[in-house]
Amino acid sequence: MSEHIVPVRIYLTIFAALLFGTGLTVVAAFIDFPWQFNTIVALTIAVTKATLVVLYFMHVRYSPRLIWVIVAAALFWMAILFALTLSDYFTRGWLSVGY
Amino acid sequence: MVEAHATTQDVRAHRALQHHFENMEQQREAGTLGMWVFLVTEIMFFGGMFLAYTLYRSLYPWSFASASNHLDITLGAVNTGVLILSSFTMAMAVYFTQTGKPRPQVLCLVMTLLLGLTFLGIKAVEYRDKYNDHLIPGSLIPSRPFGPEVQQEGQPPDPHKLHLLHGATVRQVEMFYWIYFAMTGMHALHMIIGAGLLLVLIYLSLKGRFDAEYHSPVEVVGLYWHFVDIVWIFLFPLLYLLGRHLEHGG
Repeated sequence: MSEHIVPVRIYLTIFAALLFGTGLTVVAAFIDFPWQFNTIVALTIAVTKATLVVLYFMHVRYSPRLIWVIVAAALFWMAILFALTLSDYFTRGWLSVGY
Repeated sequence: MVEAHATTQDVRAHRALQHHFENMEQQREAGTLGMWVFLVTEIMFFGGMFLAYTLYRSLYPWSFASASNHLDITLGAVNTGVLILSSFTMAMAVYFTQTGKPRPQVLCLVMTLLLGLTFLGIKAVEYRDKYNDHLIPGSLIPSRPFGPEVQQEGQPPDPHKLHLLHGATVRQVEMFYWIYFAMTGMHALHMIIGAGLLLVLIYLSLKGRFDAEYHSPVEVVGLYWHFVDIVWIFLFPLLYLLGRHLEHGG
């Protein structure tokens, strides 16, 4: 399998999409959404932008399966880090014992 | 030694091919894989700080919103654009290396470097503003400990004073600034290292070291540069934008 060269057109499209996402996240930040939706909107845009960078600028979309496994492993370990730590902190108030 | 190994490889092997690889493709894929493994450790490194941010923001929501609103949204947004543009020029540098066009390749690397330095310059302006407003946390600068002036009710609005939302305290705002300086500081350090790597790449490119067959260093530095861009893609909304809707919408 020879190296895949990403065409310039795709780089330009991704660049435009990233700038658009940045503008969108600034505009959305000034709108007062109910509950926690401001954070959810901001993170959704950020995750989308990051995904575009990883897939196209970092060529993961055209990379061998092994690279996909490495990226997935990073996300999986991040999920463990967050899930276990936050499940501790966020449930401490559930017990009424004084400590 | 080199000659002995060369016999097992193609006699027309590229001069950059190391003896322990079968061919250039295997060598390139191994390099890319190694860089990705390194980036995983970087993700975990920044992940710890993002976790600290998540915890303290959930504990002190109003203080974090108040502190965030004091950051300069214009400078933050411009820097986001600068970094995205630099990622684009970096991607184009890789493209021109892959297609064997040395001149535009060097030009793209120089542009990436200049954009990176622009980012750091704007960041320095922001840090200076925080210094002026006494927002450097703790006693990191012993002669200027943390102690911002707080905007009082009925006073004319002063952009240098800290506007506390209901329920926010100065001590909790200080926690935000610890996290702000830790995260943006580590990010800036990565940018400085990236700028150094780009200098090396520009030097090697000018010496004609890279071509369509051999360009792993450009590609691998590109991966690093894009990773640093991704960190900022998350830092910008999380640090600069989290409380804006409370100030203007509600």
